[in-house]
Amino acid sequence: MTALFRSVPVLVILFALCVQPAAAEKSLTLMTHDSFNVSKEVLAGFEKEHGVKVRILKAGDAGAALIQAILSRENPMADLFFGVDNTFFSRAIKGDIFRPYNSPLLAKIPAELQLDKQHRLLPVDYGDVCLNYDKQWFRQHDLLPPSSLDDLVLPAYRGLTVVQNPATSSPGMAFLLATVGKYGEDDFIAYWKKLRNNDVLVTGGWEDAYFGHFTAASKGDRPIVVSYASSPPAAVYYAEKELAEAPTAAVVTAGSAFRQIEFAGILKNTQNGPLAEKFIDFMLSRSFQEDIPLKMFVFPSNSEATLPEVFVKHAKVAEDPATVSPDAIEMNREKWIEAWTEAVLR
Amino acid sequence: MVLRRPVIRWLLFSLPLLFLAVFYFFPLSRIIGLSLSQDGGLQTTVLQKLFGSGTYGKILWFSIWQAALSTILTLVFALPGAYVFAKYSFRGKAVFQALMTVPFVMPTVVTAAAFRALLGQNGLVNHWSMSMFGLSEPVIDIDQTIVFFLLAHIFYNYTLVVRMVSSFWSTIDHKVVAAARMLGASPMAAFRTVTLPLLMPAIGSAALLVFTFCFTSFGVILILGGPRFSTLEVEIYRQTVQLFNLPMAATLAIIQLVFNFLLMWLHARLAKRTKVSFFAGDVSNTQSDPESAAKRSFAFFNLSFMILLLATPLIALIIRSFSGEDGFTLLYYTTLFTRDDTSLLMVEPIASVKNSILFGFGAMSIALSLGLLAATFLSDNSGKNIAFWDAVIMLPLATSAVTLGFGYIVALNKPPVNLRDSLLLVPLAHALVAFPFVVRCLLPSLRQIPADLREAATLLGASPFRVWRLIDIPLLRKAILVAAIFAFAISMGEFGASAFVARPHTPTMPVAIFRFLSHPGSLNYGQAMAMSTILMVVTCISFWLAEKLEARLADTRYVK
Repeated sequence: MTALFRSVPVLVILFALCVQPAAAEKSLTLMTHDSFNVSKEVLAGFEKEHGVKVRILKAGDAGAALIQAILSRENPMADLFFGVDNTFFSRAIKGDIFRPYNSPLLAKIPAELQLDKQHRLLPVDYGDVCLNYDKQWFRQHDLLPPSSLDDLVLPAYRGLTVVQNPATSSPGMAFLLATVGKYGEDDFIAYWKKLRNNDVLVTGGWEDAYFGHFTAASKGDRPIVVSYASSPPAAVYYAEKELAEAPTAAVVTAGSAFRQIEFAGILKNTQNGPLAEKFIDFMLSRSFQEDIPLKMFVFPSNSEATLPEVFVKHAKVAEDPATVSPDAIEMNREKWIEAWTEAVLR
Repeated sequence: MVLRRPVIRWLLFSLPLLFLAVFYFFPLSRIIGLSLSQDGGLQTTVLQKLFGSGTYGKILWFSIWQAALSTILTLVFALPGAYVFAKYSFRGKAVFQALMTVPFVMPTVVTAAAFRALLGQNGLVNHWSMSMFGLSEPVIDIDQTIVFFLLAHIFYNYTLVVRMVSSFWSTIDHKVVAAARMLGASPMAAFRTVTLPLLMPAIGSAALLVFTFCFTSFGVILILGGPRFSTLEVEIYRQTVQLFNLPMAATLAIIQLVFNFLLMWLHARLAKRTKVSFFAGDVSNTQSDPESAAKRSFAFFNLSFMILLLATPLIALIIRSFSGEDGFTLLYYTTLFTRDDTSLLMVEPIASVKNSILFGFGAMSIALSLGLLAATFLSDNSGKNIAFWDAVIMLPLATSAVTLGFGYIVALNKPPVNLRDSLLLVPLAHALVAFPFVVRCLLPSLRQIPADLREAATLLGASPFRVWRLIDIPLLRKAILVAAIFAFAISMGEFGASAFVARPHTPTMPVAIFRFLSHPGSLNYGQAMAMSTILMVVTCISFWLAEKLEARLADTRYVK
């Protein structure tokens, strides 16, 4: 044992040497949340073109990553940030950590995605949070699948739905906003009370709702789950064998989804301004945009990007998503969550 | 020049203290200071809300009672197990011990999946009982209930109590108990009046750790308890990330710290007072085969319980990792070795095994070195304020992960300690959590070593270092092994800090599991189960090797 102890300091030093970052070279750091993903090859294309090493710093979930960027604004640990969505948009703007960049590629992005007229936050992708249902379950039980949020409170749908807690989950929050958008600020709580009486199940996070309770993904007991409109193509793409038809479907009728738009921005105190601008251009360019669907399972913001086949076949875009302005979200978040908690959990 | 003993002691202690100062107190005070000054500072509205509404009082009370209940239940179930492992030798003991530690490294989501596969509405038990007794309703419905998370807390902490107490128990002189029996005490009375008091230091240490873990429970409460339950730790996360109410989050973090500090201080004072020690010195001869039928059935019953509690959920998980849509499959495993278009990671998922092991060794080495130094310092009861320092060392365990994680981000960002995006941060963060653990494992055994043994050696001319090396270390071997195992396990299973600092190129196993579970698709779920199985196997093999190594070292020593 003593021999073992003598070797401890050596081990520590060896370990330190192993993990030391490579010798200084030109590098650009992107801070983001833990769901960020990009093809190695696509990223390598940018690195090669500009002779720079791109470092990706994942800093927890979307909310946690943004707070860290705000807290470290005086001495930022990155040059860019990706992953502010419209539910955190106002917080990010208020945090005053981004600087404007009017990318020429913004011309290719639909105006309704461009929430920041000063272009501090540029839209990179969007995804619709909505209900997903297990097609087979509804066939077997001879029940029509839900076609709107209204259906969930009908007696026939009692005990069929699982949603996420908006206080701990980002799709949960987005779904809460869908009900705010559809039923209005004064009446959405009445809807949730009805949903509660109809035996809705609430989980802490998406993983637990989808893989723990959804009948199409596990031995769950709920055939309706809150997820994304792009979840059905993901279920096909990550199936064990090729599927002709998606096992699940998304409810994208008018007013039953909430659109999450994800933005990227250049951090104010970066030393690498010009290069960071190039990286924003890269994120909005076709090579990155066309990589997005199969890496993060959301839709590219650039309207010129072609979608992969599995998206064309199985993905739907919400027809007329419920909208709540970022300012209203930031102002009322706490109030709405507390009202929701009171109505659904207590 | 000869250094005086207190000077040496403080020199020894300075290293752990420096570590805590740089990697704990500095980041923590920075983030709390920064948080309290956000949004115009700690306004009366925060305090009003805190004390005005009953919500936070309820959360604090819930954190306390569920932790206390979990601790009591764990002790009740685990102490008989500790007896079996301390007193009996049987075939496959090393394997059992290694297996027992596996739950400790399982990510919460995976544990939840395992328990649901077994006890969920459509789980195995319900399935069988419904078809066996022709029932139409599931018998067990414990999802999102208190029972479910209590069960999970026992699942996670059972091994902790068994290992800590049994390693200590085996060092107690069995002749003392024999003497009590000879003097007419019944086995029960002998246990109550002799063994139990002697065991108290180890039981107290283990109980304190279990309580702290359960008090700061996050994932278990969130997933298994459901959204109706909330500990302070959950609330701190909610206030920070969702509501961005940093002053409130910091205030709650301080409350959590103060409460646990007082508890740890109390524990340290009590532990210091129990100074009876009947040290066996020779550890090897106290274990025997269970001879009588009663003893054998007692051992059998305990091991069966262990398998039922710990192994069945995990076996359900392993089975799931080999069951594809058309029955048996290796697909979930083979896909872990490739990185193609469908890859959710930037490296082959299997590379995370290497990362986890490397980080685990790093964290273990740091925690063990610092823990040994600190425990040596604390074991000397003559020192002043020992209880205070003891409690200070325990603090990292009771600190909210999200608070400390943010603290690292805002504090360790400038030279001389610019570690913010260094990979070293992972083992350092893990070591911070493992370090108090190591101290708790070592301290009860270290305090037991009779002073006269050391004094005799010193009289014979041994230097303090030689005394430490030739007396303390060999006698501590078992405790060191347990400490090393748990330090490694903490690092292997840790997700919170890794999520904050992990890089896409160096995922750990838990990080990879979470990545798989972040997208729909049966392949992702299967790969998560396969990766969890690999995590179990790697853990199990490492610990089994550690047991073997320790046994070999023990043998060579006695041959000499």
